[in-house]
Amino acid sequence: MAELTLTVNGNPVRSDCAPGTLLSGFLRETLHLTGTHVGCDTSQCGACTVIVDGRSIKSCTMLAHEADGASVTTIEGIANADGTLHPVQQAFRTHHALQCGFCTPGMVMASVALLARQPEPTDADVRHGLEGNMCRCTGYQNIVDAVLASAKSMKGVQA
Amino acid sequence: MNEFKFMRAATLADAAAAFEKADDARYLAGGQTLLPVMKQGLAVPSDVISLARIGELAGIAVSKERIDIGAMTRHADVAAHKEIRALLPALSVLAGGIGDPHVRNRGTIGGSLANNDPAADYPAAVLGLGATIVTDERTIAAEHYFQGLFATALEPGELITRVEFPVPRRAGYVKFPHPASRYALVGVMVSDGPHGIRVAVTGAGAGVFRVPAMEQALAKSFTPEAIADIPIADADLTSDRHGSAAYRAHLVGVLARRAVTLAASPAMHGHRS
Repeated sequence: MAELTLTVNGNPVRSDCAPGTLLSGFLRETLHLTGTHVGCDTSQCGACTVIVDGRSIKSCTMLAHEADGASVTTIEGIANADGTLHPVQQAFRTHHALQCGFCTPGMVMASVALLARQPEPTDADVRHGLEGNMCRCTGYQNIVDAVLASAKSMKGVQA
Repeated sequence: MNEFKFMRAATLADAAAAFEKADDARYLAGGQTLLPVMKQGLAVPSDVISLARIGELAGIAVSKERIDIGAMTRHADVAAHKEIRALLPALSVLAGGIGDPHVRNRGTIGGSLANNDPAADYPAAVLGLGATIVTDERTIAAEHYFQGLFATALEPGELITRVEFPVPRRAGYVKFPHPASRYALVGVMVSDGPHGIRVAVTGAGAGVFRVPAMEQALAKSFTPEAIADIPIADADLTSDRHGSAAYRAHLVGVLARRAVTLAASPAMHGHRS
């Protein structure tokens, strides 16, 4: 066991964890933030996507100790303080961008990171940007619609 | 995963000393291959030495003739680098097509080259552009570095510190990605630079290789037509459920022609200012 210090969703966290602990396991089992899903556990499906220091990563393929000193944002950390949804969450709801919901936390986090990098993406940018996230229900069209719609709504908020 | 000791090296010397002391150490760069193989039990190191905090492995330096990329540089940073995009867009395209955005945010050029997966993209860039691998002990030319399936010239404990790419007049990279893994079923880098014309192929065989017959033909005429009739022998190529050796051989020809077309297009010429 070794000590790990990081920030998760704005809160300081200090914890002991074994060197072999994956960030996904640390978030789910130590911090009980079970919104981060583990689908394939082979870094293909993207359900475990979280944002570390501003970058989307697959938390099943990063050691928790590699996040020492970092700022981690999970799906639990993006809604507004008053409980209203993040624009990407709201757009997923409006556009019916989920069915079973298993991939949704990863899709939303990947989309949030994508929009931070490319605030005005094209349809092709969104599809390329979500290549690391698999959905087995929706056929992706509504997800792409939701991301494009949230890009517009977020631009409106900032303007 | 197995139990192991974890340490973060602060300097190259630290990392080398820790490696020396351990029974069976592995360096951890971006972890996009090492962690999956550890999960599968295919790598069972006693010690894992993180390279993330070694300043000597970071950074990109660009001059008109050469692009130096630190070993711990993430694929996303190579893809987004403005000067690389201006001087050697084929490398930006290659880096921006590795895996997916999340993998590119973790995976590193040094890690990819040390692993030398037969379907990885970077080996095609290094061999196809005539790059030099710099380690903590020596420099290794691309043609001596790659030694077949997951095999390289690196000695145990030897660490890649940076990769030096000469800037070519023109270059193009095209790959046919496996639809799930995004590894190259076949990928071809074509370049016309200080090392002459090079055609390097990844994904098709046990390791990256050049196609001398295409290089000679392109030296006479840098056009897709010049290599249209060059046969690719499939005897040594990979056959698996994703594609037969004959299919891969066919792809080598198709993608090489597309790479030449790309390299010859104005958008893929380096802009030397």
